[in-house]
Formats: sequence, C-alpha cells, structure tokens
Amino acid sequence: MEKFKTLHSVVMPLDKVNIDTDQILPARYLQKPRANNFGAYLFKDVRHDGNGSLQPEFVLNQAQYVNAKIMLAKDNFGCGSSREHAVWAIYDAGFRAVIAPSFGDIFFNNALKNGLLPIRLSASDVVTLFNLTQHNSTIPIVIDLAAQTVLANPDFSASFEIDSFSKQCFLEGLDELGYTLSLLPQIEAFEKKLTS
Amino acid sequence: MQPTQSKAQSLTLFEKIWQTHVVMQRDDGACLLYVDRHLIQDGSAPAFEMLHQRQLKTRVPSKAFGTPDHYIPTLGRDLTTIQDPEKRAMAQALEDDCESHEIPFFGLQDPRQGIIHVIAPEQGLSQPGQLLVCGDSHTATHGAFGALAFGIGASEVAHVLATQTVWQRKPLTLRINIEGTLGKGVSAKDIILAIIGKIGAAGAVGHVIEYTGETVRNLSMQERMTVCNMSIEAGGRAGMIAPDAKTIEWLTDKPYAPAGLEWDLALKKWSGLFSDPGAVFDKVVEMRAKDISPMVTWGNSPEDVLPITGAVPFPADASSAGKRQAIENTQLYMNLTPGQKLTEIAIDHVFIGSCTNGRIEDLRSAAAVAKNRHVAKGVQAWVVPGSGLVKRQAEQEGLDQLFINAGFQWREPGCSMCLGTNGDQVPAGQRCASTSNRNFVGRQGPGSRTHLMSPAMAAAAAVTGRLTDVRDLI
Repeated sequence: MEKFKTLHSVVMPLDKVNIDTDQILPARYLQKPRANNFGAYLFKDVRHDGNGSLQPEFVLNQAQYVNAKIMLAKDNFGCGSSREHAVWAIYDAGFRAVIAPSFGDIFFNNALKNGLLPIRLSASDVVTLFNLTQHNSTIPIVIDLAAQTVLANPDFSASFEIDSFSKQCFLEGLDELGYTLSLLPQIEAFEKKLTS
Repeated sequence: MQPTQSKAQSLTLFEKIWQTHVVMQRDDGACLLYVDRHLIQDGSAPAFEMLHQRQLKTRVPSKAFGTPDHYIPTLGRDLTTIQDPEKRAMAQALEDDCESHEIPFFGLQDPRQGIIHVIAPEQGLSQPGQLLVCGDSHTATHGAFGALAFGIGASEVAHVLATQTVWQRKPLTLRINIEGTLGKGVSAKDIILAIIGKIGAAGAVGHVIEYTGETVRNLSMQERMTVCNMSIEAGGRAGMIAPDAKTIEWLTDKPYAPAGLEWDLALKKWSGLFSDPGAVFDKVVEMRAKDISPMVTWGNSPEDVLPITGAVPFPADASSAGKRQAIENTQLYMNLTPGQKLTEIAIDHVFIGSCTNGRIEDLRSAAAVAKNRHVAKGVQAWVVPGSGLVKRQAEQEGLDQLFINAGFQWREPGCSMCLGTNGDQVPAGQRCASTSNRNFVGRQGPGSRTHLMSPAMAAAAAVTGRLTDVRDLI
C-alpha cells in the first residue's frame, strides 16, 4: 500500500446521497484484471450519456477537478455491492481520500485496504465543506493523517476518527494481511480450543 | 482486552456469536474474528490472485465452499458458450482455483449448482451460531439461520483464505420488531421493502439487524432468507433471526449439517442462540404487519418504495431543494411523471429469480398468479431458478410447464438479470418488474429501469403488462 501522510488538493463534490458501487463502477467491468486502469471506468454511466458523449455537468468531467485527490460526498457513500473494484476505480482516477458523513460498511473497509482514506466528518462539517467548494471550487483542502484533521483556509478545521492500526498502515504503507500472518500461533490456539 | 461479561448480563444474539469468535482484540478495539464458513463465487479471481502473488495457500479449505453463479449462462450449462473471454475466464478461474486450493466446489455440470446464497442453505452449509462470510453483499441471507453472516471485499476474501479470520470493529445493534399477521398477497419481500422504506437505505449503516416478533417467527425459512438478504439495502452490516424449531427442521439431514453425536451437540449449542430478555439494542424499530401492503419501488434506491396503491411522488413535496432535484433526476432516468399511479406504469421485462427470490416458495407464489393466465403481449418474462435443486423441485411440481404455457422463459440457475454480469441484461430504456434486490441506475444493464417487488407481484405485472396489485388477481 502507498504511504499516506498529508494530502493537499482541491475537492470534487458529489452532491447526492446513497451513491452506490454500481454507479461508481458498473458491473460490466468486474471481470477486468486488476492491472487495468479502473479509473477509466469510474462513474462510467454517469460521466457519459446514452450515446457515449461526456456529460459536461458531471463534476468528474469538469476541468477544475482534473487533479482532485479528495472526493466530498453525502450520506451512505459506497452503499450496495461489495465490489472492491469501486475503490480501485476511485484510487486509479487519482483520488486518495473520500470525505462523507457516512459510508457503506463494506466500501469503508475496502477503502482502508487499498490506500484510499475514508474520512467520516459530522453532517454539519460536510455541509460547510460543500458550501466552501460551492463558493470557491478550487479551494485547497489539507488532510493531515498524523493530526487526524481536515483543514481549509481561512477558518475551517475538523478532526476525524481513525483506528490506530489503520492509521499506522496508511502512514507506513503497510497492509493488514502481513500483520495477521504473524498472529498464526494465536489463530491455531483458537482452533485447538474449538475442537477440544 | 475484551470487557468481561458477568453471567447475569443480558446479551443479544449478535453479541453471543461475536464473543465466541474473537481470536484476539487489537489495542484500537478491532477484533480478529474466526470464520466458520467462507462461501466463494466466480467473482473471486482477484482474491486468489492476491494469494498467488504472495505465494499463500488456503489455510482451511474444508471451511470454504465454491460455486459459480455471476458469470454463467442461463440458457445452457456450457462455459464455452460464454462469448466474452474475460467473463469466461472468471467462471473458469473459480473452478481452477478451487481445484488447486482443494476447496469443495459444485461446478456447472453438478445438479446442485446454483446461486451461492441459495445452495449453501440447501446443503446445510449455513448453520446457527456460525460466523459466515462471502465476497458478496447479499451474504446477510444466511443470517436467517441465526448466523452472523456478512459480505466482504476481495482483499478480505484473500485474508480469510490465508488466515481463516477477518478483522472487524464491533457494529451496533438494531432490533426490528414486527407484530401481527400479514394481509392477503403480502410477502416477505414486502416486509423488507417496507422496512427499507421506513428506515431508509442508510437506516442501518454500522448496525447488525435482528428481526424479531410474531410476524418474523411465523415466516418460513425461505421467507426469512428473503428478509435477511436485503438487510444490506437498508445499510445493515448483517441481518439475523434467532433459530427455532423451523431452523432445526430445515437443517435436519442436510448433507453438510452435523450428524450423529455432533448433531446432538449442535442442538444443545443452538438452543442458547437468542437475545436474552432485557438485552439492550442500540436502536429499536417497531412495525405492524397489518400496515404492510404489496410494495414496489419507483426510483433508483431501494428506499424509493411505495405501496402499489400509491402514485409517483411530486418533487415539489420534497423537504429540500437538493431532494427535489434528486427526485427530478430519478424520475427523468425512470421516465415517470409525478402523480402517475404506480399501477399505470407499463413494463417490458419481468425477472423472477435471484438470491432474494429464487427459491421454490417464490416460484410457487409466482406460478399461482401465472396459472391459467398468459404473459401480456410485448412483455418478455423470465423465470431463473436459484439453484439446480430448486429447478428440479419446480419441474417435479409441473411449475416449469405452467410457466412455459403462460409464456415465460424457463432458464438455468444463476444470478442472471439481477446484475447482468453474464450478459442477461435489460436493454437501455426498457422497464423491468424484478424480484431482485437493487434498482440502482444501470443495475440490470446500462439505461435499464428496475422496479423491485415480490414474485407474486412480478407475475401479476407479467400477465397484465403493467405494475399491478396482485390482490386483484388472487
């Protein structure tokens, strides 16, 4: 996993609740190998109209967000299907963090395992951020993982929760499986208890 | 450390299962949970690839079980007929991976093959008190047996294969209690759609749901599976129902259920699986069965649901400008007019099947409506049994002929048109009355329009050519 310490970026706002993983990554790309650039399939059917032309009003197609690394979303972002490909698509398109008041549970876990930082902020903080981006679409946001803060000038500051293990994995670019494999003796002891 | 529970403390069903599966707890509170059963389908190639890259093997192959369902054809049983080489490779990869990892596997030629969430209960693989996972969000289905069952992503599938464990933070608990008797024509699907309509698609985010009450106890095992299946559509981490005599009856003599002495031991263990009186849930929702009508969705979220007697909402009635805009966008996509009666909506396709409603009782209830009637002109109606055993049972009961005589297509088991990964799709701009679980934009194919409903309601739509109150036909 790629290391994550701080992130400075404009934010791309997605002003809709319950954005599901079918929209983020349509099912017809699920059979593609991970080596593909899934960023090309991100919001494929929302970005394009029925004839395959880009929809200019969709944020992902707007010039000011081309280099955005942070997505700002509403409640229940990433609900629905467990497809990890939804996280891959967001990551491959260059995003490294998603801020929302709540996430689909499986999406949240998938994001943590792929270097995409899911940040839960309060509903009011998210509204404030939406208002800030509406006022100035290129306002830079700073995410500081060590300090667990989201900052925007002149005076927006919010802190977020992240479990210390995931935080460590992000800061050092580690993954969970390696750690769990070091716990095999405990797992074996648990299994012995099960069969005794 | 895990806080020690005094014996007097009342526990929920969820807490009892959670406690007995904690291998260890991290300083940050996350728990390493032991997985009793790991179900695998043909979307799992990325997870096996992660194992191969790290040269890891499956730790306990006997606790895993695989069958293809997402990418397989429903017109035949031959993988070579899959046109798209990448899709064919997905179905083939599962067979190869299960073989090389020595994981029990039902292939396409096996009469017991089917949708993983239909066949695991059929085989007795899903049992009370288990911690069961699968790389699919509808894993909550198995909670109908009093298991803690939830969907995981590809990295977690690889993690479970390699370690037989999964890390989880302890979710909150939500009790949904339903009392009373269901009305005529009202099914388990209507219960779960009504629940989602009431609490919203994010209503249970971060929670494990336990369904309780007289109405739930009176449901058959298959109906309970339908309710638990769509817990994820309410945002729930999992959904579960305490095991009872019906659960035990279902599991009796199932191939993978415990046998002999082990059965007696299991019965003893299972008898303690219920929420203690006085157990505290983080949230409680009360509902009455008599308030539930046959339901249909009109929008692109399962929470966009109304009784069939209702009408398409007016955007102007929305509580905020944002919501008004969202409703307008949805109605544009769904090609609906505000105020239009739901029963006036004409349909092009009907899909009866899926892990939500592909079981024998579902087919029987659809057949009861289709009997002595015919699919309306211009409507294409499919019945896709959830498994080979469901298909065989239906054929023994003559349901296949009944459906075929009524103008339905009778197909081979698989996920099919629920998500269309195998190419069974609803064409752009067409409208489908579907017994599946998601009405998302593009879910059944790019530009497709989905209305979710029960099997009886879908059959009613098939024969009239429009969304229909099934109570008028029975």
